[in-house]
Amino acid sequence: MTASMPGLRTETMTVNMGPQHPSTHGVLRLVLELDGETIRSASATIGYLHTGIEKTAEQKKWQQVIPLVERMDYLSAQSNSLAFSMSVERLMGLEVPERVRWIRVLIAELQRINSHLVWLGTHGMEVGAVSVMLYCFRERELLLNINEMLAGFRMFPSYIRIGGLREDLPRGFHEAVREFLDRLPGKLDEYEDLLTKNEIYVERTRGVGVISKDDAVACGLVGPIARASGVSYDVRRVFPYLGYDALDFEVPTRPDGDVYSRYLVRVAEMRESVKICRQVLERISPTGAYAVDDPRVTPPPKHKVYTEMEALIQHFLLYSQGITVPAGEAYVPVEGPRGEQGFYVVSDGTNRPWRVKARSPSLLACQALARMIVGGMIADVIAVIGSIDVVMGDVDR
Amino acid sequence: MDATALIGSLAEGAPGARVEQAPSVDGQPTVFVEPADLLAVLAFVRDAPTLRFSCLADLAAVDFWPREPRFELVYHLVSIDLGQRLRVKTRLAGSDAHVASAASLWPAADWLEREVWDLFGVVFDGHPDLRRLLMPEDWEGHPLRKDYPVQIRMTPRTSEPVQVTEAEFRANLQRDRLSRQ
Repeated sequence: MTASMPGLRTETMTVNMGPQHPSTHGVLRLVLELDGETIRSASATIGYLHTGIEKTAEQKKWQQVIPLVERMDYLSAQSNSLAFSMSVERLMGLEVPERVRWIRVLIAELQRINSHLVWLGTHGMEVGAVSVMLYCFRERELLLNINEMLAGFRMFPSYIRIGGLREDLPRGFHEAVREFLDRLPGKLDEYEDLLTKNEIYVERTRGVGVISKDDAVACGLVGPIARASGVSYDVRRVFPYLGYDALDFEVPTRPDGDVYSRYLVRVAEMRESVKICRQVLERISPTGAYAVDDPRVTPPPKHKVYTEMEALIQHFLLYSQGITVPAGEAYVPVEGPRGEQGFYVVSDGTNRPWRVKARSPSLLACQALARMIVGGMIADVIAVIGSIDVVMGDVDR
Repeated sequence: MDATALIGSLAEGAPGARVEQAPSVDGQPTVFVEPADLLAVLAFVRDAPTLRFSCLADLAAVDFWPREPRFELVYHLVSIDLGQRLRVKTRLAGSDAHVASAASLWPAADWLEREVWDLFGVVFDGHPDLRRLLMPEDWEGHPLRKDYPVQIRMTPRTSEPVQVTEAEFRANLQRDRLSRQ
């Protein structure tokens, strides 16, 4: 254009996108340098949601940190508390009972489905498929109901505790989960009918926001984004925890690395999660041990607290003094909905953590965003932001 | 490959580098490296065909104030091809905490190092753009340091509403109108 019309003055335009923009998933700010509709350069600014959770955690007792970390990545609260509890348990040398492991697997997989449903709904809406949003939130509501049944809290249940779970499963839990698992695959087919072969959706997403296999790994995007670029790395497979190595599931990967592949990978992951849930649901007995039998972390049962002096003292110590964790450091990664998630915890041998460092997959995804959108069109930015599935609470912490 | 074998290969691959095995509670291979040798060791473990730690998963900093050396940097590395993890640690003195930047090795290190600079005040030499990441740019101090004050009680500052008479109000309006003509 410029070459064919000599003398025409052209200049790039700088556009500020966010932090208050409905499609930046919270408070992400992008400064884009545009040449017409093409993006020449991009830089992301974050920190608008920085609440200092890591600093606050150092002032709290170990068990008080669990509700805090659940609020980091607020779409996958229970993956956070799972990762944190597992790091602390490794530091204390606790082995949780088998039943607790399977319940944790079940919760983690339901959380993955929950998070992916929100992702699919919002991403679909942003590229113009509003009906997908309504459908996805309908099924997500059922998962929130299961959370409510489990712990009395829909978004941040704080059900996973250091050393096990807060309490035993409620009555009717198995039926509720089974009903959901029977319903979801058909609904996933419905979503796929709306998107997978939808000409408009495919045109908007195929070949957009491409990141290569090597770049994805070098940028630290281990998780669904890297799997959509052909990296078959899944913490559940490579560093198995909670007995995932005994379960039968696939790790879906796609070679292309574009927005469409990320969509396909996440939908396939939901199907795999359903498969895992079915397997573990069979292994969970309706009642049984729900926490490790260790007086250092598990409070005594209530009927003993009311009748026995020792139990009362132990209960009082646990809730006033807190858990004492031996000095050392631990990092146990888990596969969260957004990729490898984990907490590097350092203890100085007291009842408060010395340092809690979250590995946040969203932060690294946000960093790689500029790499994916430069050279593309401005209209594609929304599709790419949606596809990397950032949660700003996890980015800023 | 366990930590001992890893250190053996490190001694071969990065000669002269002072590397020692560190105890780890969680069973992950952990090594301590002198800050001056850090970049050479990281480059070696990334590129060596037998190791291929191609992914920097996380960079954590820990402040052990008042102990000296005060800071500890922890690089969490993952070898995707081999399914291995490695923790590389280095200790930095509190008075002049600086270390070579790894941003040239992994693009992921860019923001991770900015975060550490922002919250701990550790300088990364050779970083392309070392600015604050999470805190506002005019923030004073580095909040995750252990000697940074927490739970400060400040009396709330209030300001009285400006009181103007009707005559002053009209004069202000008139001045404003004139200035816009």
